[in-house]
Amino acid sequence: MKILIKGGRVVDPRNNLDEVRDVLIENGRVRKVAGKISLSAEKEMDARGKVVCPGLIDLHVHLRQPGYEYKETIETGLRAAVKGGFTGVCPMPNTNPVADSRSDMEFMIGEARRLSLINLWPVGAVTLRQEGKELTEFGELKKGGAAALSDDGRPVTDSNILRRALLYAKKFGLVIMVHCEDEGLCGDGCMNEGLVSTKLGLPGIPVEAESAEVARDIQLADMTGGRLHFCHLSSKKSLDLVRQAKAQGSKVTAETCPHYFHLTEEAILGYDTRAKMNPPLRTKNDLEAVRAALKDGTLDAIATDHAPHSENEKDVEFDQAPFGIIGLETSLALSLKLVEEGVLSLPDLVRKMSVRPAEIIQTDRGHLSEGAVADVTVFDPNLEWVVKKEKLESKSKNSPFLGWKMKGKATEVLAAGRVVLESGEIVR
Amino acid sequence: MEAAGGVRTEWRWTRKDLVSLEELSREEIELVLDTAESFKEVSAREVKKVPALRGKTVANLFFEPSTRTRTSFELAAKRLSADIVNFSSSGSSTVKGESLKDTVRNMEAMQVDTLVVRHSSSGAAEYLARFVKAGVINAGDGIHEHPTQGLLDIFTIRERKKNLEGLKVCLVGDILHSRVARSNIWGLTKLGAKVSVCGPPTLIPSKIEELGVTVGYDLDEAIRGQDVLNILRIQLERQRGAFFPSIREYAAEYGISKERLERAKKDVLIMHPGPVNRGVELAGEVADGPHSVILDQVTNGIAVRMAVLFLTTMVER
Repeated sequence: MKILIKGGRVVDPRNNLDEVRDVLIENGRVRKVAGKISLSAEKEMDARGKVVCPGLIDLHVHLRQPGYEYKETIETGLRAAVKGGFTGVCPMPNTNPVADSRSDMEFMIGEARRLSLINLWPVGAVTLRQEGKELTEFGELKKGGAAALSDDGRPVTDSNILRRALLYAKKFGLVIMVHCEDEGLCGDGCMNEGLVSTKLGLPGIPVEAESAEVARDIQLADMTGGRLHFCHLSSKKSLDLVRQAKAQGSKVTAETCPHYFHLTEEAILGYDTRAKMNPPLRTKNDLEAVRAALKDGTLDAIATDHAPHSENEKDVEFDQAPFGIIGLETSLALSLKLVEEGVLSLPDLVRKMSVRPAEIIQTDRGHLSEGAVADVTVFDPNLEWVVKKEKLESKSKNSPFLGWKMKGKATEVLAAGRVVLESGEIVR
Repeated sequence: MEAAGGVRTEWRWTRKDLVSLEELSREEIELVLDTAESFKEVSAREVKKVPALRGKTVANLFFEPSTRTRTSFELAAKRLSADIVNFSSSGSSTVKGESLKDTVRNMEAMQVDTLVVRHSSSGAAEYLARFVKAGVINAGDGIHEHPTQGLLDIFTIRERKKNLEGLKVCLVGDILHSRVARSNIWGLTKLGAKVSVCGPPTLIPSKIEELGVTVGYDLDEAIRGQDVLNILRIQLERQRGAFFPSIREYAAEYGISKERLERAKKDVLIMHPGPVNRGVELAGEVADGPHSVILDQVTNGIAVRMAVLFLTTMVER
């Protein structure tokens, strides 16, 4: 089967390419990228005016299956990912039961295979039941397909456990993704601590609940030489620490999420539970710092922390509502706003959403070299649309971006050469 | 608009809800105070009743224990001839198994005109006001606001001191967990008072000075030159959260004793929203002493709540 994607702006940072090109895909692999490819393919796609790039990868999602199928399932989550332009996602293990065994990895991957949509690279738990006490079987998890390890949703509180995990993971080349939160400082906080929390009378989560743990984790990463990745960083203080660590040779990597570069704590005024997530939305100063850190490379990746919750769960008193927002279907457009505002170049955006994520989980994706697995995203950077509840594929609708005017949307997605999104519609 | 006492006011009230003093303008606050003044006399009559809200139904929805505030609202409603029902429930909606939204929708289905809501979650009243057609009066939401308490405090100060412009008012104690403090700060600063807060550094909320108040940790310093000291109730269980080491030390550092009061102005007013922990934040002799207006606050509470019930219930919808 030959597929020819014609006339798109091919942005392939790994190969230093940003030119109008044709892309020929044959038997699931990239066969050729060239100025003009004239041959008859079974399928031709007109990509004029669009961007063609290596498939987008989201390092951080919650698909909720098993255990919370009323919020999301692997199927609805992957459909949302396809709609958002992703060819692969990394679901976190805080399901019920916690994904802490090889069979849990195999279950998720099996579901994804059955659905035949896009890649699912599961993240296994670092500790059994995410209790922070005993290590999971990293070797078995890896054999089952784990792409990374994390106790996301919770920090690994015991420094010695995290130290051992970082050391032991070296044998398997697995990265440990850390959710930085000093639980003592966090207390019963439900939003950023500051003027807005004081006005609203909501218990605050200080910035230091994140940054103090980032500081500790940098020390542990350096001490062990293990691979450590920071999840969803939200604050200037944390980013300054990561920047300094990288300058001094630390091997750590870091991600942020679109809400941290578009929203501040002010979004909570009026007790809007759709703006409640952990880490919480911070101040304008932090938002600017997140943008600067994306620009200067302190932040390697943009992930979504896609966290579906049902309408009933969110339609309650603010302090009773669960943390988290969905993000798969808005991430690309929200990130493209940074391109429009001059914060990132288009190749930078592809680095943050494809190249670096692939490198962090050590999968040979994120580029369109000849012979590469044909995970490809095609998006129209000028397509205008409005985020509407009823149009979302995700089972949950808890987004603070409902009603936002967006520019830029994925129109085609190919996973290993199979077309799963065409003209903006899911094919299978 | 004409209040029951026949006072004409130039400002029109337009709100079906009262969820905070933050949202009120100076003129709206003054309208409530003026209306309350005209209602105060009703409670002093032989027959303590006017027909202002006859045929209207008010529901007291208390999701947190309260005697004083609930009773005050109940009497206020009755003195306006409204029908009032009481609904009490402790524990959050998740514990009860019915959501707050459902509980309140049920109340509304019984054709209640105004809901008086006390809840342990900050923002609960504002949340309800967003979807119910009935009026919502916040009778205390978490650590956010307690607007009618703020109004009755201001009413009491105004009654004694006449003008609030430039008046020095200090709120003493646990500012962090105090909804009374937040309502006082919004209301008093809008009326031109100079507001300060004084308490243990652990109990002063982040960036409170950005609300236009000054912050002090030393009560002996803070007390000087103040026209009003509003003493907040200390929750004894805060000791467990390591906010302060012991009740004994709290009383020594932040309790208003007779000796400490000698540093204050001769005509200082001592206020307290109640219930008082005698011998902790306030010495018994001070609570009962000549500076204390604590019982006036309670009396005025009814007039202020009559005004709030009247204005919100009779607003054109």
